[in-house]
Amino acid sequence: MNGVPALALADITCRFAARDGRSDAYTAVANATLEVAKGEFVSVVGPTGCGKSTLLNVAAGLLEPSSGTVEVFGERLLSTEGVNRRAGYMFQADALMPWRSGIDNVIAGLEFRGVARAEALVQGEAWLRRVGLAGFGDRYPHQMSGGMRKRLALAQTLILSPDILLMDEPFSALDVQTRQLMENELLALWAEDRKSVLFITHDLEEAIALSDRVVVLSAGPATRPIGDFRVDLPRPRDVSEIRMTPAFAKLHREIWGAMREEVLKAYEAQKVL
Amino acid sequence: MRLRTLQILVLVLLIAAWYLLTAPGLIPPFYFEQANRAAFFFGEPQKVFWVIVEWFVSGEIFIHLAVTLLETALGFSIGAIFGLGIGLWLALSPTASAVMDPYIKGFNSMPRVVLAPIFAVWFGLGIWSKVALGVTLVFFVVFFNVYQGVREVSPNLIASARMLGASRRQLLRSIYLPAAMSWVFASLHNAVGLAFVGAVVGEYLGSARGVGYLILQAEGTFDINTVFAGILVLTAFALALDTAVGAVERRLMTWQPRAGETEKV
Repeated sequence: MNGVPALALADITCRFAARDGRSDAYTAVANATLEVAKGEFVSVVGPTGCGKSTLLNVAAGLLEPSSGTVEVFGERLLSTEGVNRRAGYMFQADALMPWRSGIDNVIAGLEFRGVARAEALVQGEAWLRRVGLAGFGDRYPHQMSGGMRKRLALAQTLILSPDILLMDEPFSALDVQTRQLMENELLALWAEDRKSVLFITHDLEEAIALSDRVVVLSAGPATRPIGDFRVDLPRPRDVSEIRMTPAFAKLHREIWGAMREEVLKAYEAQKVL
Repeated sequence: MRLRTLQILVLVLLIAAWYLLTAPGLIPPFYFEQANRAAFFFGEPQKVFWVIVEWFVSGEIFIHLAVTLLETALGFSIGAIFGLGIGLWLALSPTASAVMDPYIKGFNSMPRVVLAPIFAVWFGLGIWSKVALGVTLVFFVVFFNVYQGVREVSPNLIASARMLGASRRQLLRSIYLPAAMSWVFASLHNAVGLAFVGAVVGEYLGSARGVGYLILQAEGTFDINTVFAGILVLTAFALALDTAVGAVERRLMTWQPRAGETEKV
């Protein structure tokens, strides 16, 4: 691994103007610093509503931070130059184009880059096979199950072979079984060429099972990382089996110890509202 | 099939009632003093039928129908294109939208049928005054739907397309336009109907051709059967147009879930 991190968020602060214009601005993220090394799988966990997605949007270049810098492989990411071109983003909610068939959704990114359609279709079919959707290319998203749509979204993102993969609770809407299947598939795909991954989740088990490193965020407002844990579990992993190992349980206890107070804080804050 | 039978039954009953109540001398007059008055005011179904047959056999109706349909088609296309273009523009440009807002609202609240006489002065008594009326009616239906449609495109979808590398132009083509189209199609049935109204009302106010003109002429001579014949022909063609729109919609909107299929989330 060389020294330059794939993604470096330095001292990021995001303030949002209050909508009614009377109360103070809301500080979602304050002085957050986070690095993802080349080929590293980093999960960010934190209580609900703590600004995890805000941080990810900053990394994607979709949101300009109030202060702080984002560097992608050592280069400053400037809002004037648009989004983070080296990153792929997988959203929590469905972000497929409902008017495009499966295959047309998968090759959308190639199309935007001006790849000839015949060539794009060949690659698209190959990716459909890799995510287990061979033969479903002519279906529209509404004709697919939640799990199939997630696979489609995964293929849509990975076909561009992004150096950095940003994932915002991509599997949170799935049932437990489908979710574990998808997690294993993600790990298998990731193992092939080791992209850098920044994975947002509120599920600590998912975070430990997938990652090399787990970063814990404090409760909002003014979220910032408060803990950084290395996960030394052997790879390749099977997400449902690794949960049973003592090493996993030990890590879980340790990280949960750091998280619990923040989760309770977030819970109290939401009760007041 | 059972449904179709019942639907036809309703039609038959309606025509039978019409005939019974209007045929002179069939039943004793109970409202008008004279036996032939009901027929004078409401026409008689068999005579209406023969007027329609006569129109089609002699071919007299075709030029009028053609004119009315041409006006409808032109009014609809021009109105829809303007509605789509300006709807997209205002939805994507907050400044322009804020500036134009009161004018759009005002123009929409105006009862636009009163513009018909003005259009007759501006564009003459030919087809263009009717087209103009149709355009003002169609424009707003399409405009508001496109405007709404573009503003309600999921921010996720836009962010996703941007991350996939879409330029502004590609966003417009691949996200905004298709999203707006589904709203346009939702309003299309309405819009076609309004284009038809524009054409007929325009003809009715002053023209030398068209089905509206036929109705106006017949009314001038108290020929109520011909008036009804005109109305029925118009109704039949409005239904046909609506069916055609439905067919186009089904062809272009295959991606939308229909009843019995799963809902898109």
